[in-house]
Amino acid sequence: MQLNKDCILKNTATAGFEEKNDILITVEASNNDDITVDLTSSVLRQYGRHMKELITATVKEAGFTGIKVTAIDKGAWDYTIKARVLAALERGMK
Amino acid sequence: MKDAKTRLRRTMMFVPGNSPKMINSADIYGADSLMFDIEDSIAITEKDTARLLVANALKTLKFHSETVVRINHPTQTPFGMDDLKVILPAKPNLIRLPKVEDISEVELVAAEIEKVEKENGWAEGTINIIGAIESVKGLYNVREICKHPRMAAIALGAEDFIANLKTQRTKYGIELYYARSQILMAARDAEIQCMDTVFSDVKDMEGFAAEVTRSKDMGFDGKSVIHPKQIVEVHRIYTPTDIQITKALKVLDAYKDSIENHKGVLAVDGKMIDGPIVVRAQRIVDQAKAAGVNVEEKREQA
Amino acid sequence: MINAAGRDIPEQIKGIKDIKLYKGEFAYTPSTVKAGKKIRVGIPHTDKILENIDASIEKIGLKDGQTISFHHHLRNGDYVMKMVVERIAAKGIKDITIASSSLSPCHDFLINYIENGTVTALESSGLRGELGKYLTKNPQALKKPVIIRSHGGRARAIEAGELHIDAAFMAVPACDHLGNATGRKGKSAFGSMGYAMIDSAYADNVVLITDNLMEDPVYPYSIPQTDVDYIVKVDEIGDPAGIASGAIRMTKSPTQLLLAKYAAEIMEQTGVLKEGFSMQMGSGGASLAVAKFIREKMEKQQITGSFGIGGITGIFADMLKDGLFKAAYDTQTFDTAAIESIKENPNHIEISASFYANPWNAGPIVNNLDTVILSATEVDLDFNVNAITDSNGICMGASGGHSDTAAGAALTLIVVPLVRGRLPMIRDHVQNVVTPGDSVDVIITDRGIAINPKRKDLVEKLQGSSLPICTIEELQKIAYEFVGKPEEVELSSDDKDIVAVIEYRDGSIIDVIRKPILD
Repeated sequence: MQLNKDCILKNTATAGFEEKNDILITVEASNNDDITVDLTSSVLRQYGRHMKELITATVKEAGFTGIKVTAIDKGAWDYTIKARVLAALERGMK
Repeated sequence: MKDAKTRLRRTMMFVPGNSPKMINSADIYGADSLMFDIEDSIAITEKDTARLLVANALKTLKFHSETVVRINHPTQTPFGMDDLKVILPAKPNLIRLPKVEDISEVELVAAEIEKVEKENGWAEGTINIIGAIESVKGLYNVREICKHPRMAAIALGAEDFIANLKTQRTKYGIELYYARSQILMAARDAEIQCMDTVFSDVKDMEGFAAEVTRSKDMGFDGKSVIHPKQIVEVHRIYTPTDIQITKALKVLDAYKDSIENHKGVLAVDGKMIDGPIVVRAQRIVDQAKAAGVNVEEKREQA
Repeated sequence: MINAAGRDIPEQIKGIKDIKLYKGEFAYTPSTVKAGKKIRVGIPHTDKILENIDASIEKIGLKDGQTISFHHHLRNGDYVMKMVVERIAAKGIKDITIASSSLSPCHDFLINYIENGTVTALESSGLRGELGKYLTKNPQALKKPVIIRSHGGRARAIEAGELHIDAAFMAVPACDHLGNATGRKGKSAFGSMGYAMIDSAYADNVVLITDNLMEDPVYPYSIPQTDVDYIVKVDEIGDPAGIASGAIRMTKSPTQLLLAKYAAEIMEQTGVLKEGFSMQMGSGGASLAVAKFIREKMEKQQITGSFGIGGITGIFADMLKDGLFKAAYDTQTFDTAAIESIKENPNHIEISASFYANPWNAGPIVNNLDTVILSATEVDLDFNVNAITDSNGICMGASGGHSDTAAGAALTLIVVPLVRGRLPMIRDHVQNVVTPGDSVDVIITDRGIAINPKRKDLVEKLQGSSLPICTIEELQKIAYEFVGKPEEVELSSDDKDIVAVIEYRDGSIIDVIRKPILD
């Protein structure tokens, strides 16, 4: 996904819903350069590690650093997680 | 491109483009085409998330069905062009252009498609267009619209059209008769496919079956559907009967025989067979095969 | 020790005397005789009716270490177990084993009595609710693992003397002053008394607890007065809302309907669906929705079935009424519509759990099943089925008649979505086995159908079918393409952490449930 070149989060933003197979993503700027992920999910044991890695990689590939991601998952598949993270970042830039 | 204009499209199922749950299971019901909607079923505040969701679904999931994305209108709304930017790189089979009224709108979308095809090194005609006529103005321009080379199919979108006519849907569809006929003629003239509008009362399966039968008899290639249970019904109606299949097989066998053995006049059961009858027979056999009918078994029974 | 289902069973399990390994569906031949109940002499013109539950506990002389039993016909509306256990605890009696034909969330109260030592062992078809969670996390709260038995296996264990019941406390919706009882009458009517019939016939002491003591003789009765020692009248034996739902409705979920349609197609294409066929379907979801498609096919092809077994619902009762089947054998009546049917329709036949599914009698009715359609919490590449634990290893289900019907039926169909939420339902190995792959013929998912390769006849019959048939490995691969392979939930290997022992219907051990290591 091609996002704006100056990848700076102006606002805290959310995307997605707390509904079956969806994930509610909130992104906010943090005061350091790390990307941190706080994940709540009913499939944490089976996919928690994978989901955190995917969220981190998606943020990084979109060109951002210093982002705190809060994710409330209801069994989202990878494409949904990615789409919601990108949508939240896009919204946060506006 | 030839495939896009001829592939089997008995059913095109609407899938709300911002519902992961519906997108995840869309492919299991056997619709010939899936139409992911980021237009009317999506609130203005969620256009951005829906287009990203559909694009990522198309890039990631494997679909058996043809994939179609209904974008927002490219000139009448502020979302359509952004939709194309995000959706086209995800390579859907078709872009559904809603409320099309003028050939210039098709040209605009076609130009975007061409750009993306070139950028990605995809063959020309990888992505095509299905237009939806939803206004009187669109109907008046339908012949020109259908003839654009990117157009694979044309559809009728009845709800807006009916509002435009200042009437309402009736059981017998008299209010849509003219529009259906015109669109169908234009599609046939341009040698593209023609899809009928949705039937929104999912509880009324009898009314649905009657409407599908009528539009099939008129010549439509398929129906837009909004619920999995409608798919089964459309496919049933579009499946040729055993009598039709065995007769078609006889025609094709006789035709093959006449070609191979250089026979002149061709007749089956005392009736003369000519070109259009052979074409129709082939169409029946193709439809039967697509519906899962064991055609060879019918040949044995013939 | 590895058993015939490929499961590793410890050589010693606390509280289990001789460990018999599962060796195959019909591997064991018993050489014993049936157990019998203690003979008692009924004294002429004595009254069986006692003032309250306390009096019944005193009369039967319940002692520390004894086993009491309950049935689960009141499902999640049962008040009786709580009434009885409360009074037992009040009397300071300890170390009680509760052998209930099953347990529901209404039995979560047991946690308190496990913690205070009143209850120290459980034997049941299943474990659910907070109790299921509690015991999964604290297996050492009981003195031995929970024994999970199928409905047929429980009847067998009682008849074979492996499960000896000192006192059966049987909730009955109606009984007369002599103890003839039925489930068909009264405000708490639940229909068939299939599970209660066995307990009453074999328990040393039988106490009926009713909210409907009738002056007139009760007939037909399901429990005869000859088995009943005492009767206690209470205000209510259960919550009607929890006992039986109104008519169970057919699912509207397109996915469930798709699974059901595939199951009906399989039945038709394998030739099962023919004049005189028999079947069992479930009580909900896809396995019940099969009725819709089977009915259509039966009506179109003018086929009349022989019998259905259940777990009878109003949906099946309607098929019986409409003449699509000649008989319904019923151990457990699921909804109000089916309760009406068992009252009125002479072809709706009440049967005991032993008649239903006990492998150690001369002919349980499951042996004559052509097809059964069953659900699963997960399945594996060897066609094994788990029906008890969820994906995190927590007990939340029951064995029920799963392995009984699967062993008996000529065609066993499992209906399960390929992916639930994000979790793929075809595992390399299920967390625990209730029904072995030996008994499972076809696994039907929403994205494809896998036939057990052992069933070469079915593979052949379904060759060239338009159904989406593939191998179980291919199905698993499809799921992984969508959601990836999940990490395994780690289970404790400590034998002290065995939550439950799953008995196969013949009493051999098919698996153990181990405590998951949860953070």
